[in-house]
Amino acid sequence: MSEPVQSSSRSPSGLRVTRAVLGLWTGGVLLFLYLPVLVLVVYSFNASRLNVVWEGFTFGWYREVWSNGPLWQAARNSLVVALVTTLVSVVLGTVGGWLLHRYRFRGGGAIETLAAIPMVMPEILMGISLLILFAAAGMELGFTTVIIGHVTFCFPFVLVAVRARLQGLDPALEEAALDLGATPIQAFWRVIVPNLQPAIVAGGLMAFTLSWDELIVTFFTTSAASATLPIRVFGMAKVGLNPMLNALSALFVTVTVAFVLFSAYLKRLARG
Amino acid sequence: MTTGAERRGGAGGGRRAGWRAWVLLAPLLAWLLLFIVVPALVLLVYSFCERDELGRVVYTFTAENYQRVLDPVYLRIFGRSIGYAALTTLICVGVGFPVAYYIGRSPEGLRDRLLLLIMVPFWTSFLIRTYAWITILKQEGLLNAVLQALAPALGPLDLLYTPAAVLIGLVYGYLPFMILPIYGSVEKLDGAIIEAAHDLGAGPLRVFSSVIIPLTLPGIAAGTLLVFVPSIAMFAITDLMGGARVPLIGNVIQNQFLQARDWPFGAALGVAFLVLFAVTYWGLLRFRERGEEAGG
Repeated sequence: MSEPVQSSSRSPSGLRVTRAVLGLWTGGVLLFLYLPVLVLVVYSFNASRLNVVWEGFTFGWYREVWSNGPLWQAARNSLVVALVTTLVSVVLGTVGGWLLHRYRFRGGGAIETLAAIPMVMPEILMGISLLILFAAAGMELGFTTVIIGHVTFCFPFVLVAVRARLQGLDPALEEAALDLGATPIQAFWRVIVPNLQPAIVAGGLMAFTLSWDELIVTFFTTSAASATLPIRVFGMAKVGLNPMLNALSALFVTVTVAFVLFSAYLKRLARG
Repeated sequence: MTTGAERRGGAGGGRRAGWRAWVLLAPLLAWLLLFIVVPALVLLVYSFCERDELGRVVYTFTAENYQRVLDPVYLRIFGRSIGYAALTTLICVGVGFPVAYYIGRSPEGLRDRLLLLIMVPFWTSFLIRTYAWITILKQEGLLNAVLQALAPALGPLDLLYTPAAVLIGLVYGYLPFMILPIYGSVEKLDGAIIEAAHDLGAGPLRVFSSVIIPLTLPGIAAGTLLVFVPSIAMFAITDLMGGARVPLIGNVIQNQFLQARDWPFGAALGVAFLVLFAVTYWGLLRFRERGEEAGG
């Protein structure tokens, strides 16, 4: 009879020890995740070319980033590619998601499986198969080919987000609009799209981030003129240490932190 | 006229698609066909072709590329790639599971803050995170400087361009992708089940192995999909952290297209990798489904 009492008096302290150990472990892992990035940020202000000794504080590397023409060209290219990719992906994904939800297509299952493939397929396979396709079709590599590649792996994320949202949407909403005399297109624009907004925004943000950060598919489908920022950074990192890259990375990390905090803030706002 | 009941239909879509719906769907279908299906077919065709001395593709039928794929040199590279990816996955599960568990069982305020801390590296460009490790592991990098200060007799060590560096790069790059899906499973875990197991006399190890692990398997499988499959062919990390010394299958494929200019052979390697990917993916998916059924 005493055993359950004993185990329940023992287990809370045992659990507490387990939690403490897990907490320490988590702290260690977070340190592992953040320390290298922190080192990068700190040394982006180091006057020395090498990352070892501290030779004084400088903004020099940031100035070098600021005046590096090719880097800014690459950033512009990245922005153009990411914006066009997001736009096309949102249109393809939203319309596709709605149609696949609303209607029963012959072979609908196969279409959805096909649309899911780019989300999971290793990027290198998509890269080489698109490169071969463009070569076989006689297409010159450039912005068009890069954007085609990016849309192909971005729009499925919009489609998935839209479908998930539609599943939770009351079909009566659209029916009411139709019964009140709206044409299906009007009902889509006036009723469905506004209700889909959170999914469209989330999917669009996802598409933008994925496109902005993509290296592998771009690597196979770009020309020198359309080289994006990751392509340039990859080229620079391959050569070796470059304090200017520290500064650029620090800028990137700052933007990412701001982005994550902002989306967390938006989520909290939405929750009320 | 269609009735409401007919329209609602169910999750699989409502009304049968008329020609207008097909027309609206056409851009999406065309995109999938042109940029997923056709490229895969062209890849397959190229893998059976030859190339001439200038690297141009000659459309004749040959199985020679596949014979080369089966050459021990390339089989070893395939094996090594799978080995690295498997090791990366194992380390990510081992390191990431306790973190995901801790976060998942934390009170809400702490949980949200910890999740945010995992999200930042998740969203940070993997290129930059890899570069961060280069600055640490380089011969004139930080770690060597620290080691020199502690033990000057050691001399600068070759830390970068080693298998260990490649593993560090892969684990560092993919760890958040393992933590987040496992966290998803842990969060759904019912604390009452764990307590019940405790009350029924199961020790901590027993609870862990026969309650917690089986119930979080779907998360582990999802994380494995996100870590194992991409890390097999992640040539950018191996390029940056391993130099040319640790070639994995991704580096070899990339090399065929850019330096060696032997596209048909590169295509054959790609097809072999595609088959490997499809089998792994299908297996893991089945595994996860079974885990979900078992977990209710």
